[in-house]
Amino acid sequence: MKKQIHVYFMVALLIMTALGGCAGSTGESSEDKSSVVVGIQQDIDSLDPHKATAAGTKEILFNIFEGLVKPDPEGNLMNAVADGYSISEDGLVYTFTLRDGVKFHNGNDVTAEDVKYSLERVAGILDGTALISTLSAERGGIKSVDILDNKTVQVTVGSANLELIYSFTAAIIPAGSGEDAESAPIGTGPFSFVSYTPQEGIVVAKNPDYWQKGLPYLDEVNFKIVNSPDTALLDLQGGSIDIYPYMTDSQATELEGSFQVLAAPSNVVQALFLNNADETLSDVRVRQAINYALDKDSVNEYVFGGDGAIISSAMLPTLQDFYEDLNDVYGTGANVEKAKELLAEAGYSDGIDLEIKVPSNYEVHMQTAEVVAEQLKSAGINATIVPVEWGTWLEDVYNGRKYQATISGITCDQTPGYLLNRFQTESSKNFINYANSAYDETYLKAAASLDLAEKAVYYKELQTMLAQDAGTAFLSVPPITVAVSPKLTGYTFYPVYVQDMSVVRYTD
Amino acid sequence: MVRQKEIDTRKGKLHGRNLYLMVGLFMTGMALLVAIVGVFWTPYSTTAMSATERFAPPSLRHLFGTDNFGRDIFSRVMKGAGTTILISGLVVLMSGTLGIVIGALTGYFGGLLDEIVMRFTDAVNGFPSILLALVMISLLGSGRHNLILSLGIVFTPSFVRIVRSEFIRLRDADYIDRARLMGVGRMRILFVHILPNIFSTFWVSVMIGFNNGILAESGMSYLGIGVLPPDASLGNMLSDAQGYLMKAPWYALAPGLSIVWIVLGFSLLSEGIRQMEGKN
Repeated sequence: MKKQIHVYFMVALLIMTALGGCAGSTGESSEDKSSVVVGIQQDIDSLDPHKATAAGTKEILFNIFEGLVKPDPEGNLMNAVADGYSISEDGLVYTFTLRDGVKFHNGNDVTAEDVKYSLERVAGILDGTALISTLSAERGGIKSVDILDNKTVQVTVGSANLELIYSFTAAIIPAGSGEDAESAPIGTGPFSFVSYTPQEGIVVAKNPDYWQKGLPYLDEVNFKIVNSPDTALLDLQGGSIDIYPYMTDSQATELEGSFQVLAAPSNVVQALFLNNADETLSDVRVRQAINYALDKDSVNEYVFGGDGAIISSAMLPTLQDFYEDLNDVYGTGANVEKAKELLAEAGYSDGIDLEIKVPSNYEVHMQTAEVVAEQLKSAGINATIVPVEWGTWLEDVYNGRKYQATISGITCDQTPGYLLNRFQTESSKNFINYANSAYDETYLKAAASLDLAEKAVYYKELQTMLAQDAGTAFLSVPPITVAVSPKLTGYTFYPVYVQDMSVVRYTD
Repeated sequence: MVRQKEIDTRKGKLHGRNLYLMVGLFMTGMALLVAIVGVFWTPYSTTAMSATERFAPPSLRHLFGTDNFGRDIFSRVMKGAGTTILISGLVVLMSGTLGIVIGALTGYFGGLLDEIVMRFTDAVNGFPSILLALVMISLLGSGRHNLILSLGIVFTPSFVRIVRSEFIRLRDADYIDRARLMGVGRMRILFVHILPNIFSTFWVSVMIGFNNGILAESGMSYLGIGVLPPDASLGNMLSDAQGYLMKAPWYALAPGLSIVWIVLGFSLLSEGIRQMEGKN
């Protein structure tokens, strides 16, 4: 009996220490006025800015590294390590002038040597393996990098491409530091790397020598990995994280009032992707029928609280110059009559069966699937939802192309052609097996064009083809919903997926 | 001095009646009635969505309110309870049958086969049952058929052990010896002479197994690998509801309390039956 009491006492003591520990850590972030804790969803895949591929890593490294140019909140490019650049008329030679007074986090000035090293590293000129495919020497990217003088670097590329300039956002790192980039990353960004603990998070500190005077405001930012969205909600309410950028619609409503809930369009295109090589779906009328049967308005309402943007082709509406509004083709509401008519024409007057594979870790896609399945039912399309693991999805659906339909999202980087590129017949990323030779030809013309206005015309043509062929059933651009502590201000959305912490500050 | 009535109440008896049995029968009866009606009729379609009636609180129109898609929760609980009970019932049917056959053979004949089967059930019991079911689901794929199959296999060892120990107890009983001397066939001894006599013990374990089955199905569907949406089961409703705990507490309460109701009902019923058997 006595022993038992001892055990209870020990357990009570343990619980008290654990609770005490919690209280300590929550107090830290709320009282310290110079640091912020940002909740992130997944672990870092690489600290080497040239090797990192996960969107969840790049959004953080944006704070540590900069390229010659970098994206700005309006969707344009601004000069960063470079002070300016010029492109030759044939589009083959880029001349960059370096900005004065840009320093690495180790205190050294950025020299033309560092720029040459960094660019040759990503292009694969150094060791034969290109780290960024668009700049790859073998695929028409960077052919050579020449140092004209201390402050001027000339880059010669293999083929003219108006969108290549976006790839010069590749991080500039000190010459010869590639080996250590994984353990001790050094860049020129507003924050310098402090520490990284796997499965816990990454801590960065203010770069006092940052070239943009006055930035950053914060002394320290802690990117903390939060395992599940439900924990995130509790962490926000308990005060142990200050910013969480991946809220679901339902979580956002729970936080209303106590937090600033900000929403902006993301760079993800969500769709009910249809496998064009499938026997039933190879008939364009069946694919069109599915498009008609969908009520995109209510998907947006149910899943995104009406904050998403409805689309009908592969382009983000935020890329205004290139976006063609095609929502009239099938309408944004359901047209069940038309859908049934088309199905009957295709010989399926009794309806069809449709198996929708959905990556089950994405709550948003699962919810969309439920709504979509219900909508298709009224048009005689009997949809079954098959949730699959993310790994299985990548293997079977995305790479293996063994599926009928799937609901998922594809991300777009800043280049407008990025989303359209994948629907070329032979593209390795064309997982819907879309095949249209006219599309392929137009895409090549668009890629070769050196005039932005002309390029936009081609891109709009491509979007129209994709929509009219009902290559797939595009749904919406989901919003990004961010919860920000009421004590903070300045959080800025970018058209690309980044968390810019340099402009965030405390209100008073 | 303790009054007789108090003693009776402690044993679950009121005025000499079996309280456990009565309450258990009532709760189980209600649950089964609602579930069976749900198979043929529900007030609303279980999948029909309504954008105008999202998160409606409980009212006369929607007894348990509506969910995030504006679906009627009462209808979904009716259907979901039916699904959950059916799955659990089939799991118990499968594992109970397997348990009787394997347990009877190993218990009666013993020997090497018994040794092998027992070590195997030891191994299966060594794993947490949910974990084992998860492994089987990941091998077989999700969906309700595979859920029944894997839970059925995971639940079998406990039935095997109970049946086996009863058969060991009874195989040397006098009346079995007599039957053997009279030249009754082995299978007849196994299933006609012994089996009816283990019924009371077996029945209780069936009830417990049924309750475990309900909890296991709810757990698996909660983890998203049991009954697939848009079909309703109590487990996957609970899982969907957790995102709206503050906004729509009735969404989580409805399936949650239903699970409690069914499990409690069956527990009381099995306790009542045990007492009834004891009295006779």
